[in-house]
Amino acid sequence: MSLFSILAAQSPSFWESLGKKITATFITEDRWRWWLKGLGVTLEVSLFAVLLGVIVGFILALMKLSHAPKCFARWTKPGKKPWNPLDTIATIYLGIVRGTPTVVQLLFAYLVVFAGASVSKVLVATLAFGLNSAAYVAEIFRAGILSIDKGQMEAGRSLGMTSSQTMRYVILPQAVKNVLPALGNEFIVLIKETAVMGYIAAEDITKVSDLIVAKTFDAIVPLVTTALTYLIIVLGLTKLLNLFERRMRAHDIRA
Amino acid sequence: MISVRNLHKSFDKLEVLRGIDLEIDQGEKMVVIGPSGSGKSTFLRCLNLLETPTQGQIFVDGQEITAPGCDVDAVRRRMGMVFQQFNLFPHKSVLENLTMAPVRILKKDKQQAIQQARELLKRVGLADKENAYPAQLSGGQKQRVAIARALAMDPEIMLFDEPTSALDPEMVGEVLGVMKQLAEDGMTMVVVTHEMQFAREVGTRVLFMDEGVIAEDAAPEELFSHPKNPRTREFLSRVLNH
Repeated sequence: MSLFSILAAQSPSFWESLGKKITATFITEDRWRWWLKGLGVTLEVSLFAVLLGVIVGFILALMKLSHAPKCFARWTKPGKKPWNPLDTIATIYLGIVRGTPTVVQLLFAYLVVFAGASVSKVLVATLAFGLNSAAYVAEIFRAGILSIDKGQMEAGRSLGMTSSQTMRYVILPQAVKNVLPALGNEFIVLIKETAVMGYIAAEDITKVSDLIVAKTFDAIVPLVTTALTYLIIVLGLTKLLNLFERRMRAHDIRA
Repeated sequence: MISVRNLHKSFDKLEVLRGIDLEIDQGEKMVVIGPSGSGKSTFLRCLNLLETPTQGQIFVDGQEITAPGCDVDAVRRRMGMVFQQFNLFPHKSVLENLTMAPVRILKKDKQQAIQQARELLKRVGLADKENAYPAQLSGGQKQRVAIARALAMDPEIMLFDEPTSALDPEMVGEVLGVMKQLAEDGMTMVVVTHEMQFAREVGTRVLFMDEGVIAEDAAPEELFSHPKNPRTREFLSRVLNH
């Protein structure tokens, strides 16, 4: 029996109650406004957290790949690699951020770091998710840079380019192209992760769905709506990333 | 032009170069031969400081490039290098490979750099490939582009690190041809190679390196016909009569 015939076989009272549920979810009290507001919050936090994550993640990756400054050579044990404070800082940051739950970090930001400060919950959530994502993005960028053959850096240096010029014009364009799929994956994870911002009572789409369930005692319509919304956002993003990737690979002729 | 004094290089506990002293004059075509692991490539890479010597000094036109605070990038701009694995920039077209460093570093006018790049491509016989990407080229073509890319910086010295070792046999000739042409134009060259015929024909001096030292240093005719060092003799008999 197909889904359609199952639906068709339902008693008229089923359709009637579904109609009531939909009305209660969207129409009563103009609840569709809540939904739109929630969607806006989800999109806003996701967008700015992704941007923050990429910028901070990129800096962390460079810190991890940086060379030890010469002035620290005297703290180096003989036979060991020279101590690089930037690498140590980045490694500690990654350890803490990746080693603790996102929800705990979010609560920590809201209840400890910004406790008593008049900062909006949406801003706290954006910072928390962005700084969390940065740790994962850092490792993606680092892997991408390491995947480029060291002959590329040598070729750039042998032409008289500095290491940062070679990084900018030779290594990074190739590295970014290689990590686009992994980066897209991280963006998708981050967008869905923002669903836990209800823990600090920030009203994203998931929290709105919660509030409506509490009012209507019906879970199915709000939850399906929420799930479909995330699905559409993620599918749209996937399409955008594919387009971007194809454009970057336009000149990529593999031998 | 280049003088090397007591050059040493170690990788952790492995001592690869164990005291090299050498003078390279302007216009010389120095060919470096020797068994694998003898330190030929490491020596060449020390000359433009892709490897940092652990001890010793290198002077280029009287300037000590191994001195602390020396502008290494400025030194490298005067020395072109060609690698065994080509190391072209795969995300850039042939023309962009040639113009990137002159435009970004020498701040050359873009049109002028393109014009010079086209002339260089003509010189290496690849005038029709300027819009191709490295992945579309054969090994021999890639290496000729790599030579042109190094020449685009107007270097005074060209370093070649086994430029034909990664090529299919039928492509070796076209690369050696370009190098021969360059030698005839008077370029100062240091070439690490296994091509004994090239060493004999083009070299003005041949170095035989073994176990991190220069075991023999002579004119090609002399070194190939009357090798003095028994290790040179043994090496030549292995590579020439097989």
